[in-house]
Amino acid sequence: MFLELYRVHLFITKFFKEAFTPPFEGKEILKQCYQVGYKSLALISLTGFITGIVFAKQSRPSLAEFGATSWLPSLVGIALFRTLAPLLTALISAGKVGSSIGAELGSMKVTEQIEAMEVSATNPFSYLVVTRVLATTITLPILTFYTAFVGLLGAFLNVTLSESASFSAFVQSFLESITFLDVIASTVKAIIFGFTIGMVGCYQGFNSSKGTEGVGKAANSAVVIGMFLVFMEEVIATQITFMFRT
Amino acid sequence: MEAKSKTTTTETVISIRNVEKSFGDYQVLKGADLDLYKGENLVVLGRSGTGKSVLIKIISGLLTQDAGTVSVLGKEVSQLNAKELLELRLRIGFSFQSSALYDSMTIRQNLEFPLIRNKKNLTKGEINKAVETVLDAVGLMQTINQMPSELSGGQKKRIGIARTLILQPEIMLYDEPTAGLDPITCLEINRLINEVQERYKTSSIVITHDLTCAKEVGNRIAMLLDGQFQRAGTFDEVFDTDDQRVTPFFEYNFIQ
Repeated sequence: MFLELYRVHLFITKFFKEAFTPPFEGKEILKQCYQVGYKSLALISLTGFITGIVFAKQSRPSLAEFGATSWLPSLVGIALFRTLAPLLTALISAGKVGSSIGAELGSMKVTEQIEAMEVSATNPFSYLVVTRVLATTITLPILTFYTAFVGLLGAFLNVTLSESASFSAFVQSFLESITFLDVIASTVKAIIFGFTIGMVGCYQGFNSSKGTEGVGKAANSAVVIGMFLVFMEEVIATQITFMFRT
Repeated sequence: MEAKSKTTTTETVISIRNVEKSFGDYQVLKGADLDLYKGENLVVLGRSGTGKSVLIKIISGLLTQDAGTVSVLGKEVSQLNAKELLELRLRIGFSFQSSALYDSMTIRQNLEFPLIRNKKNLTKGEINKAVETVLDAVGLMQTINQMPSELSGGQKKRIGIARTLILQPEIMLYDEPTAGLDPITCLEINRLINEVQERYKTSSIVITHDLTCAKEVGNRIAMLLDGQFQRAGTFDEVFDTDDQRVTPFFEYNFIQ
């Protein structure tokens, strides 16, 4: 247990050392950003949209009891922006991207492709790990804002099915409910989630062993550990944000 | 089939002295000594698990020995910093047992990869020419746009060799080049190893337990027994013995 924690510590330390050491892999980082975004986009769009619809539908009757249906955009905004969008995006990315990174690097490890890279004078940590971790760290905040936007569209669709509503008024009410602290907190959370998902996937893949069984284990561990850490970070981040709010 | 003769040069390009390496409680190398002379093909023979592959991984800096020294082209490998090790690796080609082709890249991209990474001043035309030259050298020009998964085992081995040749290394390390291949493909690979030696003037270590390969490509043979090099010399010198640890190799390979 302690040995494993020490190895994780060394892996993270190496990441920060390599991330600031030239040559910088700009082209590969862009490629990985595209991969991360592309892989998650369809599922994130669908999940975000459905979450918006369902959340609006479930909340509306309760608000109607108090004659407060006009608060629906604010409620949707707060729920989506503060928690649902970062969390949903991170969980989907942990499943799609984390497992993909774990399996890809794991497969490269057991088929000696990582060693082949090393002997051809390429630093595999910089080329494979740093690029993927930076890509998830950069892309997750963008995907989080996208999820929030798609969720908003879903909520608006639900509202317009039962009553006439103006989209601009809905959006304005949505935006008014969000504070600067919400924007900062969600962005920081998404960055941390992205870093975690990338790091866990790379660590599991880079340290996989025992042939094809090891590849499967690396992919599986990347998802399970990634999701667990995302939930833990969400709890801690929420506590910290509330400290700033009060 | 005639065994190859020794080369005449005595200039050492790799010098291994008293190398020891253990994995947990199991000591694989127990004071191994070996020299590779310039321009020769040195075959390292030994049973599975005797540390042959470990030895060439130590030479290329993928593993570090527990004791002893490994000097490659005049540089002590374990003393090099990361930058110096990368520079040394540009002068060493490593052909893996599994070929280790990047399976998400086409053959062209596999071959371009080491060049693009290490020779940043090359033009696209120069890169294309280098790729075509090494593909021509291994006789697989037609595979240039294929994926590794579309190739046979023998073709993958050749492409693996081509990928190492593209950086024009001075030393080649072959890890089990004929393992898992049919006899005819084995002969083709042996021929390719000899062609590489002549055309690229490389000095090579060939790890194998295939005696046909050893006899056909090796200027010298070194036998790794019990963690040390016990016998070294030409093919005939090594196998002219009653040593019960050596004779089974000869008997089971049916090449008397």
